[in-house]
Amino acid sequence: MQKYSVFNLIKNAFTGHKNWEVAWKDPTPKSEYDVVIIGGGGHGLATAYYLAKEHNITNVAIIEKGWIGGGNVGRNTTIIRSNYMHDDNARFSEFGMNLWRNMSQELNFNVMFSPRGIINLAHSDAQMNVFSRRGNSMRLNGIDAVLLGREEVKKIIPMADFSENVRFPIFGGLMQPSAGTARHDGVAWGYARQADSMGVDIIQNCEVTGFDVVGGKIKGIRTSKGDIKANKVGLCVAGSTSILAEKLNMTLPVETHLLQACVSEPIKPILDSVVTFGAGHFYCSQSDKGEMVMGGDLDGYNSYAQRGNLPTLQHVLTEGIAMFPFLSKLKMLRTWGGIMDMSMDGSPIIDKTHIEGLYLNCGWCYGGFKATPASGWTFAHTIAQDKVHELNAGYSLNRFHTGHLLDEKGLGTKTWIS
Amino acid sequence: MLHIKCPYCGMRSQNEFAYGGDASVKRPELNKETTDSEWDSFVYLRKSLRGKHLELWHHISGCRQWFKVQRDTATHEIFKTLKPSEDI
Repeated sequence: MQKYSVFNLIKNAFTGHKNWEVAWKDPTPKSEYDVVIIGGGGHGLATAYYLAKEHNITNVAIIEKGWIGGGNVGRNTTIIRSNYMHDDNARFSEFGMNLWRNMSQELNFNVMFSPRGIINLAHSDAQMNVFSRRGNSMRLNGIDAVLLGREEVKKIIPMADFSENVRFPIFGGLMQPSAGTARHDGVAWGYARQADSMGVDIIQNCEVTGFDVVGGKIKGIRTSKGDIKANKVGLCVAGSTSILAEKLNMTLPVETHLLQACVSEPIKPILDSVVTFGAGHFYCSQSDKGEMVMGGDLDGYNSYAQRGNLPTLQHVLTEGIAMFPFLSKLKMLRTWGGIMDMSMDGSPIIDKTHIEGLYLNCGWCYGGFKATPASGWTFAHTIAQDKVHELNAGYSLNRFHTGHLLDEKGLGTKTWIS
Repeated sequence: MLHIKCPYCGMRSQNEFAYGGDASVKRPELNKETTDSEWDSFVYLRKSLRGKHLELWHHISGCRQWFKVQRDTATHEIFKTLKPSEDI
């Protein structure tokens, strides 16, 4: 593989940048692989990369219905954080933070990881108490957390509404200074390029139409480009999980819902951290291009549409304007939607299934992007060793049956309860 | 914007309604032995269909009645709305 470096950039400049190698190939599928990963999003690509790098399993195919990075890895708001209270979530996501910190070097691809910090605003004394508890839990798990008072928050985001007579006054906030953002497409492309260089076949425009299960064991998959044999198959398809589960006669604790995001026109630098509104569901950061990147609630009803509806967007942006009144002056540049695999307790599932050789990675709800490296790393381990790693032991499929739910914030599918 | 025909009030905009989830899920019968897995399925497991989906809605800013809607989850086309006691 050709390394991306300043020397190669200069060298290729002499030939008009016409001789760069392709970043990844476009192979026709072989008839058999050791492992097939369904879904060429961030998690699928990361899984294939770590299968090759950590476990020397390189006879791997990624099967993608559309094009790689065209789903949620290209549709999120790029936030990376590990500000979780429960031990299972905290350990898993902090393990991921360490992978983020070295990702650009490791993948030889600039993912523009920017640890600019995240502030969750609090709007009452009770919420400050909850945040101080969460912050303490985070620190016990080795994650940086700082409880900020109203004046400290004001120093960081003076443009927020600090007037006295607002409905939701800012009491303070919980900050994770090491959280941040990254260039989401770069993450998909970086993993794809490295996986491809180690021998992984990335097969795009190939739809999975069925599975071959014999005697409780997976034997292969059927696709629009022919049958592919494999004794290990990993499902990594986010919002399409229930569609494939139906072909396997499985019913999962997951529902597919639509989540919207939007960006404003680009403006000069004003916001150098990620900020979330504490009296609703709204979050905001500023991209390197200057756009305000915003998102919030689900549309609220089951949806596979990948496009949103205006009432939810209006509701979310009303919260945004309550927090940052200057947003009301901006023009909207783009809005879009992605379909989320909402699990019933708001936490993901990375586990084996009752079918031998079939592995499941789903239920990422609002937080799939930041989990990309840790999800790929643990899913690769689960597939390669045929057993879950201690980092994803809490993300079991049967926790809904045994009652060991990971209800971090009560953010599941049932938005009408909250 | 979805336009939903409440069986009691007629056509109204989505803003007046709240969503109530999959209407095909049946609560295990009262006064009958229920296994853990039956209860588990009722509480957590959902088919989450792509295409025609029968679901509950609540006319929360209107007559406050619950009713059923048959809607396409990929196109948002609404085929039919029914009273809770009615079946397709």
